[in-house]
Amino acid sequence: MRPILEVKDLTVYYHTPAGPVRAVEGVTFSVHPQEWFGIVGESGSGKSTVALALLRLIKPPGRIERGQIVLDGRDLLAFDEEDMRNYRLAQIALVAQGAMNSLNPVKRVRDHFLLALRDHGVQLGEQEYDRIIATLLKRVGLRPEVAHLYPHELSGGMKQRVCIALAISLEPKVLVADEPTSALDVVVQWQVMETLRAVQREIGAAVILIGHDMGLIAQTVDRIAVMYAGRLVEVGPTREILTEPLHPYTRALIASLPSLDGRGELRGIAGLPPSLLNPPAGCAFHPRCPVAIDRCRMERPLLREVRPRRWVACHLVENGGTT
Amino acid sequence: MSLLEARRVRKVFGGGLWHRSQVVALEDFSIAFDEASPSFIAVVGESGSGKTTLARLLLGLLQPTSGDVCYRGTSLRLLHRQGRRRFLQEVQAVFQDPYEVYNPFYKVDHVLELPIRNFRLAGDRRTARALMEQALVEVGLRVEETLGRYPHQLSGGQRQRLMIARALLLRPKVLIADEPVSMVDASLRATILGSLLSLHREHGVSVLYITHDLTTAYQVSHDIVVLYRGVVVEAGRVESVVREPAHPYTRLLVGSIPLPRPDRPWLGERALGQPAGLRPVGPRFCKFVDRCPFALPICQEESPPLFQLSPDRAVACFLYREQPVVTNDDLTVVLRNRAGTGAEAPN
Repeated sequence: MRPILEVKDLTVYYHTPAGPVRAVEGVTFSVHPQEWFGIVGESGSGKSTVALALLRLIKPPGRIERGQIVLDGRDLLAFDEEDMRNYRLAQIALVAQGAMNSLNPVKRVRDHFLLALRDHGVQLGEQEYDRIIATLLKRVGLRPEVAHLYPHELSGGMKQRVCIALAISLEPKVLVADEPTSALDVVVQWQVMETLRAVQREIGAAVILIGHDMGLIAQTVDRIAVMYAGRLVEVGPTREILTEPLHPYTRALIASLPSLDGRGELRGIAGLPPSLLNPPAGCAFHPRCPVAIDRCRMERPLLREVRPRRWVACHLVENGGTT
Repeated sequence: MSLLEARRVRKVFGGGLWHRSQVVALEDFSIAFDEASPSFIAVVGESGSGKTTLARLLLGLLQPTSGDVCYRGTSLRLLHRQGRRRFLQEVQAVFQDPYEVYNPFYKVDHVLELPIRNFRLAGDRRTARALMEQALVEVGLRVEETLGRYPHQLSGGQRQRLMIARALLLRPKVLIADEPVSMVDASLRATILGSLLSLHREHGVSVLYITHDLTTAYQVSHDIVVLYRGVVVEAGRVESVVREPAHPYTRLLVGSIPLPRPDRPWLGERALGQPAGLRPVGPRFCKFVDRCPFALPICQEESPPLFQLSPDRAVACFLYREQPVVTNDDLTVVLRNRAGTGAEAPN
């Protein structure tokens, strides 16, 4: 099957007086039509920068340095600003981190939809608009009357559903969701993710889910990419990543998650994530890696396919996936 | 006499002339911390459950509408200078956001120097420095990487551990930790919770761990109190509450945790089933009735008392109405049944 989205060597730097912050470096992955693809990483790993870059929403001092973002055969980075504006929402849409706080407090829910639709050249009569908005709200499990409410009259979960409905209003082929449920209660988190699942089935989009919560991502996506210090360190099918993580960082990350099995098993990862202004030489994880060898300090490991569909960037992982 | 005790505290916000709608943030809550048998209790609830109100009441930052919070037998409102000073030293707090407590113009040393000076913990500079270094080492911070720096030069996890070090410096008897790790990454969360755990085990500090996260509560605490809209719905030993939740709301909470395990599907509301569709009638009712698939007519018109399931377990749900009723004051007794083994390492 041909991928709907191919990201190749995506590199984004933030240019600061102290030098470039290498937020995203050489990120390559592809997503298939209707696939759920997860990117998991801790704060500062560059995962949100990837989300913004996919929609070309990086603002100065940030800049996409190089790479390709090929959506349905066309490279978004080759577009001019006007084409990109038309493509956004219509072909690729974003549910941003804290999206629910981005609703304009003095505009009713309906106005948010009108703005989005009109901005993309959807010209209809008032009644037609109302019909479309009601359908969109229904898709995310909200009543049509919600259209006439102001954001402050909605709960956090409802606001997040409105944001999802806005993002799917033009039925994009790819939906990027960056921490769509952080700051929501667990029960509401589940409800919002269920909504996202139902919506995805209906419009048949591929979803890129970005977050820090390995549990939530693992329960939702088909494949996981693990990001550390601006690079992908491991990519593979969810079940395989969870049961047999190959990269030492993935292993440590999974081991640090609190479970409902053994109690008192708290294993943090020693040390701190590296500065992206001065990333360590060699593998960025080597200062915290329990199994690092001399080669890791000098030579940066490349992301290689060590077995079918499993990609790992680690010198210690041999072909076939043994360490 | 308990070191710190909340007796049937109730907190109502709003009301009065200008704010007509009243919100009951916390209903009849009782808990006690003993000096002789330190406890590690988690209070778990979603937003609006009253868990932060509880923390603020116990710290004397809020006045209860009714009921009382007592420190060594004296109501916080009636503490005199000496007693208040001792309270401020023995009952410490760690809050959610480790950014807000720092003054960006001072080096981080300041947060440690201040309590040493205020409580005259050290006679001279050398002793003061030694105390600071000891506290840092105890929370796993390297002295040379911490002292002499400004708050922005430390990571969120370091700042949060520094707050625990500060609390430690005062050798408190009770630590109230309100969402101490909710803004910290997974890999650091374990380290910080580990610091809290060793504080309890090695220094005999009672910890009240307030959180929305059932998994970390399960990992570190011995006892758990589950709050829903200001009411205790379930309390007891953490293993049994989390593994065999009795209250439908606790079941919903446990089922809503996305676990990174392919063999444990994320059921969410499916773990519980469709609500029975009952609505409250009258002013008293179970707060969970509208969402509960097992709701009975009695749940619409009575608020359930706590029923005792076992010596160390209580649940506020009419499904268990065959069991003996415990009064809210006895919630303390339920938890105290565990307190003797409080310093034990969890297996």
